[in-house]
Amino acid sequence: MSDLKKTGLSSAKRRQFLGDAARTACGCAVAATFLTVYQAQAKAFPADAIRPPGALSEEEFLSACVRCGLCVRDCPYDTLKLAELGETGPATGTPYFTARDVPCEMCEDIPCVAACPTGALDHSLTDIDDADMGVAVLIDQENCLNFLGLRCEVCYRVCPLIDEAITLEMTPNTRTGSHAVFSPTVYADVCTGCGKCEQSCVLPEAAIKVLPRRIARAESAEHYRLGWEEKAKAGNALVPGVIDLPDRVPDAGGFEPVFQPGKGRP
Amino acid sequence: MLILALFLAGPWAGLWIVKGTLTSSMTLDILPLTDPFLLLQTIVTGHWPELTGLIGVALVVGFYAVFGGRLYCSWVCPMNVVTDSANWLHRKLDLKKGWQPKKHTRYWVLAMTLLVAAGSGSLAYELVNPVTLLHRGLVFGMGFAWAAVLMVFLFDTFVSRHGWCGHLCPMGAVYGLLNTRSLLRVSAKNRDACDDCMDCFEVCPEIHVISPALRGKGDDTPLIVNRDCTSCGRCIDVCDLDVFSFTHRFDTQLIQPTSIEPGPRDPVTTKAMGGHK
Repeated sequence: MSDLKKTGLSSAKRRQFLGDAARTACGCAVAATFLTVYQAQAKAFPADAIRPPGALSEEEFLSACVRCGLCVRDCPYDTLKLAELGETGPATGTPYFTARDVPCEMCEDIPCVAACPTGALDHSLTDIDDADMGVAVLIDQENCLNFLGLRCEVCYRVCPLIDEAITLEMTPNTRTGSHAVFSPTVYADVCTGCGKCEQSCVLPEAAIKVLPRRIARAESAEHYRLGWEEKAKAGNALVPGVIDLPDRVPDAGGFEPVFQPGKGRP
Repeated sequence: MLILALFLAGPWAGLWIVKGTLTSSMTLDILPLTDPFLLLQTIVTGHWPELTGLIGVALVVGFYAVFGGRLYCSWVCPMNVVTDSANWLHRKLDLKKGWQPKKHTRYWVLAMTLLVAAGSGSLAYELVNPVTLLHRGLVFGMGFAWAAVLMVFLFDTFVSRHGWCGHLCPMGAVYGLLNTRSLLRVSAKNRDACDDCMDCFEVCPEIHVISPALRGKGDDTPLIVNRDCTSCGRCIDVCDLDVFSFTHRFDTQLIQPTSIEPGPRDPVTTKAMGGHK
């Protein structure tokens, strides 16, 4: 009799336990769904926000960063800030900077990376010149003063890796026909994305901007080969016996090019 | 409050004692501390943290496991002030206790946050974690973090008494797990003096922890051994008869009843609430 009562009680208890567990599990599943959707939306990373030097890829960064703000505290130039809730920026609480406001000053001892307790900022980055926060892109040639033929060149002058990450390429000024255009040219594999150029651009809206690599860079197809490189590597043309047609050079026809390098003004 | 002041001394007064936030901090440039719940989330997403983080978490886990895991909740967590005020308002308005989730709910929530972290590969819960949002808000700038804090306040006031800290918060759950064997305990040493005024049950954020100790009889330990106890000491403060006191977990002494006669006990209540064995 008491046995029967006991089993009756325990089965009622078990039923209640299972019911409770199921309810809680459902509640948690609903919460988990909302959380998953929310975090997926929060992954949208605006193009003008730049992660600190040494930051892992955005995907890995979001899993590694504990949003403590130690990098922000150890940044001597107050470049870094933490994204606040409700701001249309990177995921809440993660560090970033806006180059146009305060760029990265590229400290040699990289204090932000040293401060990171989780390695979301990769501690294997020891030379700040190897940092890859983004790529500067001269985004608007129509408004860039140098492209208009002036000698502004501020972006070139402020670059910490002047003549390596950015050069001035001389091309003929076809508007005047007698001057040169010194076009600022960024070398993406050297550029660290520090943003000094963007910050110092004299225009009201910068003509040169640091963009994340995913936006700034194209990708060459894997099977593409550059004929001239392959030729140099092999020592001779890869396909023998190709008919070499004469190049059409503007010469005998009386055509006189406006710009003649080395000759000075016509 | 003191710990919050240490964090705020830097950004507010330029006195850099503690840098960072409660998720991970650096004290006097030498002592790293990292929150175990945060690091746990990081690890389940598949990222192995740097040594500083691991040392930090070892120190935190060691300290709380020895002294009392949920000391974090009552003495460190900035949300405690919010839920405390919510509970004060709740008492003033004389509201019903409302929805009371089951005692294992917080562990379900904890498991859920870790699962979402593992599944999405990002610290998803940290986007909404009101505790870290509030602390970061105070130290770095609020943004809309106040909205999350307000939600917890309203929830605790109108929806569920002690709902957040006492039933849902997964951070508290982690510290609760660290609390299982820790030293610092509240003891109902003087339980024979209890006159059943129920004040302690009014203020306790984790009501269920009191009964086994207070209503225990004879050889039942007067220690509050339940890991949910936050060692906040509210019961010690509120009790007019000084029934409770802080002690360590090996101190199972009872104070022998003196001149005060033990109050009359309702046998039914005692039986129903004193289920400790």
